[in-house]
Amino acid sequence: MASSPIMSEGSAFTIPAHWRDFVALTKPRVMTLVVFTGLCGLLAAPGHMHPVLAFTAILCIALGAGAAAALNQWYEADIDAKMKRTANRPLPAGRMDRQSALHFGVGLSFFSVLLMGIAANWLAAAVLAVSILFYVFVYTIWLKPRTAQNIVIGGAAGAFPPVIGWAAVTGDISALPIALFMLIFFWTPPHFWALALFVKTDYAAAGIPMLPVVSGEVATRRHIWFYTAIMAVAAMAPVLLRLTGPIYGTTALLGTALFALLAFQVLRRRESDPARMAPEKRLFKYSILYLFLLFGAVVVDRWVAA
Amino acid sequence: MTPEEDGQIRARQKARAIVTGLLLGALVILFYAITIAKIGGGH
Repeated sequence: MASSPIMSEGSAFTIPAHWRDFVALTKPRVMTLVVFTGLCGLLAAPGHMHPVLAFTAILCIALGAGAAAALNQWYEADIDAKMKRTANRPLPAGRMDRQSALHFGVGLSFFSVLLMGIAANWLAAAVLAVSILFYVFVYTIWLKPRTAQNIVIGGAAGAFPPVIGWAAVTGDISALPIALFMLIFFWTPPHFWALALFVKTDYAAAGIPMLPVVSGEVATRRHIWFYTAIMAVAAMAPVLLRLTGPIYGTTALLGTALFALLAFQVLRRRESDPARMAPEKRLFKYSILYLFLLFGAVVVDRWVAA
Repeated sequence: MTPEEDGQIRARQKARAIVTGLLLGALVILFYAITIAKIGGGH
């Protein structure tokens, strides 16, 4: 029974966690980008998939991401309690006990992988399982508390959805989904470090070795710029390898140029007051739009070519 | 346990039971649709 001990005057009783807290445990807002990139991978793939099975595959990607988020919060409840941004999550706020979050996360993981195997194919299910395991064990448990480069390798977990979507349709993994994986992989460091620049105080309080905490802001700004350059190559790779056409090519070129411009502004600045970090916040917000634009362009491009 | 506390627990349990029931109903429909899609050679 999912419950949290609530102490009242002179007595102790347990109240079951609200169902809304289980929804909150899956981080629905973060899921948007995961679902979108997974959907784009599915739509860009050659071949036909029954709409019901395609819907189920996307549902499985969403449930898998939710399961990974629940397990992340189960493991990081103590850390979340120390950060203003996360202190009101179900576990640190005391609205749910840790065991319930663990059972929910493990159960949802198995369910999403098995359903993917039944509805789509077992390759897609295997990649989904790898992405959940990677996020929980490699990122959350191993890298995040130990190294400032945590999100560089850990970011791979978020790069799997287009590969899963593609594999669900075709039953294989070819060059384009790998290129899309690389795009998200190299997009993640500038995206998260831009955020880490203006929420630095929170990460410092929780003892998480985010790059601005460990190496300082100047080094973080240089890292953002460095990974933006690699991301630019990854963004143009589908065009150079002739996997996509001019619609994606134009979108990627213009979108990446603007990304580089914003990253360059961030590189040149020496502001340390989070309240005055407008360009850093602009880069963070734009980075989300950028990924939506490029993935949308891949789908349009492939459909036009078909 | 006071009557208020008991009422609070019952209300929470009832809400969870309703949501669980709805989810199970949705799963029945989903598995039915998946079965029809598979039988129809949709994949």
